[in-house]
Amino acid sequence: MKTKKVAMLGLTIALAMIMSYIEALVPLSFAVPGIKMGLANIVIIFVLYKFSMKDAVLVSAIRVILVSLLFSNVMAMWYSLAGAVLSLSVMCILKKTDKFSVIGVSVAGGIMHNVGQIIMAVILLGTEQIALYLPVLIITGTVTGVIIGIVSGLVINRFKNIRL
Amino acid sequence: MDMFKDKKLRNDIILAAAVIIAAAGIWLFTELMKSDGAFAVVTVNGVETAKYPLDTDAEIRLESENGGYNILIIKDGKADITEASCPDHVCVDQRAISKTGEAITCLPNKTVITIDGEEEADFDFVS
Repeated sequence: MKTKKVAMLGLTIALAMIMSYIEALVPLSFAVPGIKMGLANIVIIFVLYKFSMKDAVLVSAIRVILVSLLFSNVMAMWYSLAGAVLSLSVMCILKKTDKFSVIGVSVAGGIMHNVGQIIMAVILLGTEQIALYLPVLIITGTVTGVIIGIVSGLVINRFKNIRL
Repeated sequence: MDMFKDKKLRNDIILAAAVIIAAAGIWLFTELMKSDGAFAVVTVNGVETAKYPLDTDAEIRLESENGGYNILIIKDGKADITEASCPDHVCVDQRAISKTGEAITCLPNKTVITIDGEEEADFDFVS
């Protein structure tokens, strides 16, 4: 890996961590319990579009591990990891089909993040009823996914002529 | 590279609309399937630890394995978590539950409150 790339990816990881931190400071769960904006996904989508799939996986994995260790606990890491793996996998597939814009990719990512976390919760807590909450989280995930997608699209467009 | 090419945007809208309609349909279906419950069942770390009748008002302190706690209040036939040791308080934010299939989840304390119907309608989840 070139030095410049190491620096750039380090920068994006730092940015993704700050996004996670801001999100922890401004919880939305009083409105709909368990929801999140998914601000860090702006950074992941940016890396996915401006760098590569491999780099996005790297940034996402390091972010999840560092954020869990710094701001929460190992238990929370399993939920984050399940969400991140499923979300990023589906985003990569959708991007590869080239049939959706950033917004569609982001919506799929937002939804699958919730799906991954619910699957992990059912596995870890052994209570199937938790899955009944999924429709609510899918709807909110779609809404936040649209917002995150629009923002990501704007950011990527700004970097159109900048080589990273 | 045009981010907002019309055809792609159309696919985005189809994707989002299809997902929302499907989720709303399932949601509506599960809402309609719900009936009044009789018991609040406490599950900690996948193991059922206690069962309280909803027709008796009670205040219970649920201890979790990590040393944390959740305060479960049963009042007016509804179960609610009003206080908890966890940092995010998602369980406290969740509304009181009284219908079968509803659940209040506290991920950090691995504690789940679910509502059960009458005894004879019980399922035995062997795990």
